[in-house]
Amino acid sequence: MIDEMVAPRLAFGKALVEFAPLFPEMVVLDPDVCTSTQTSLFRAAYPHRFYEMGIAEANAIGVAAGLASCGYIPWVSAFAVFLATRALDQIRVSVAHTGLPVKLNGSYGGLPSGRGGATHSSIEDLAVMRALPGMTILTPADSVETRAMTELATRLPGPVYLRTVRCEVPTIFDAAYRPVLGKATVLRKGSSGDVAILSEGMMSARAVAAADLLAAEGLKVRVLHFGTVKPLDGEAVAAAARECGRIVTVENHSVIGGLGAAVCELLAEEAPCRVVRLGFPDVFMESGDDGLIFSRYGLDACGIAAAARRLAAGRGPTGA
Amino acid sequence: MSPEAGKSPDYGIPALKAKALELRRLILETTHRAGMGHTGGSLSEADILIALYFRILRSIEAADPAKPTRDRFILSKGHASPGFYAALALRGYFPLEELSSFDSLGSRLQAHPDMLTCPGVDISTGSLGQGLSCGIGMALAAQANPALASFATFVLLGDGELQEGQVWEAALFAGARKLPRLVAIIDANSVQLASTTADAVGLEPLGAKWRSFGWACIEVDGHDMEGLCGALEKARADSSGGPVAVIARTVKGKGVSFMEGRYEWHGKAPNDAEFAAAMKELAL
Repeated sequence: MIDEMVAPRLAFGKALVEFAPLFPEMVVLDPDVCTSTQTSLFRAAYPHRFYEMGIAEANAIGVAAGLASCGYIPWVSAFAVFLATRALDQIRVSVAHTGLPVKLNGSYGGLPSGRGGATHSSIEDLAVMRALPGMTILTPADSVETRAMTELATRLPGPVYLRTVRCEVPTIFDAAYRPVLGKATVLRKGSSGDVAILSEGMMSARAVAAADLLAAEGLKVRVLHFGTVKPLDGEAVAAAARECGRIVTVENHSVIGGLGAAVCELLAEEAPCRVVRLGFPDVFMESGDDGLIFSRYGLDACGIAAAARRLAAGRGPTGA
Repeated sequence: MSPEAGKSPDYGIPALKAKALELRRLILETTHRAGMGHTGGSLSEADILIALYFRILRSIEAADPAKPTRDRFILSKGHASPGFYAALALRGYFPLEELSSFDSLGSRLQAHPDMLTCPGVDISTGSLGQGLSCGIGMALAAQANPALASFATFVLLGDGELQEGQVWEAALFAGARKLPRLVAIIDANSVQLASTTADAVGLEPLGAKWRSFGWACIEVDGHDMEGLCGALEKARADSSGGPVAVIARTVKGKGVSFMEGRYEWHGKAPNDAEFAAAMKELAL
């Protein structure tokens, strides 16, 4: 239901159970975080297809690769930060280089980490995963898209990094919505000559809210949601640059290496235009209320709207 | 020679010893020609590879390298690829002549084994410490799927490699689960890249470590072909009740006097004079 608040991690856990009959080769590996990442639902429903790996992410990735080499489709579900950084070499060599169909659920992606602070926030995972050849990166916006992308990821022949967040987020898609791999989704058409907001994951609901604030002021902003960060929908990015002329990117991630960086890399070569990247600056997160931290960095509807407004007025992110 | 399905060719111990000598010569030819490659660790694993590929591994077929019921083999010490490639070539996975392409642009024989290019490679390796985890995944697959239930998984690790923490994550997991049909073979040549293992980070008592992680453990002279075959056959049989570690005591650079026990030969290829001298020592 639109606007209903649901945690993507829960939608992922439910989707695994829902799609288990469809994919008899699917198994789940858990480095002792299943009650957090919600694969405990799968554990309860399919205990014989659930492997408790203990607190050992590196081994879990290798085991998943071995299972995948024998025809299984393993999901390794863990905190995003401990997949993308602690188990990076295993993901790189045993998964990305082999191209085996190991599926990674980077749960607790971005900031919302249960007030976990610097060690548990995962604001570098998109950068790290983007650098791996052959890795598909999915960043669903809400529970509807998380469910659909869980199925989509399981169906894909190669490795996938699905990023799910911990906190409840508003539902922005109706139940019939089906994401297309590698294609951005238009959330607000906007009008030519105004700003485009390009967002990923849970930031897309905030981008829409920002666009609606701006629409009331007469600024018609295009909003594109990137449920796939890699492969990036370069056509949609370039079209936004050509048609809108100015772009704001918004991500629950560091501004280094994530969606904003991917957009800038593409535009620098294909359609240069003014871009403002909203995300976390080059700092570690700290403990505290998620909402306050997001707001500190302008990652709420008001902050996004303000950035778009300044850009539309021809000014930069600081108003200069 | 086309090996019968489901069964390794019927080689006696003298024939296996002759194959091991041939393998050592191929290793030296391969690294000498390439001007690089890991000679020392390939020579130490040579007898183990011959025992596996000509006696122990079941249902492997060069003509059907992806056969689902085949025994699996993982070279976790992936840098010792010259030995692995030579064994695969001897077993018929690709022509012996292809060894001359080792480590060159476009070759199927990459510096480290690549499952996407080289027939007979069950999983890619090269970053030390990862192979045993992959082997556990294969053993779990065999355990979960009745159609695969017959195969065993053999993982060859270096002793220096055991300094990687992931190995012990894997050992702990397999031991705790009493995971069947998984055999880890340690090529315990006591020498790593820049020193002896004792001078780097000592590993002994090695057998006690594996046993304390819940594994059965067999120690054997890794160059005594008869003892080695016996140990590996016993390991395969005993692994029905849980994982088995075979600690094969070996000599780095085995067979070439001036390479034996020397860390300097970890990642080095012989020059022309060294090659000639080595081949003389390994004369057929």
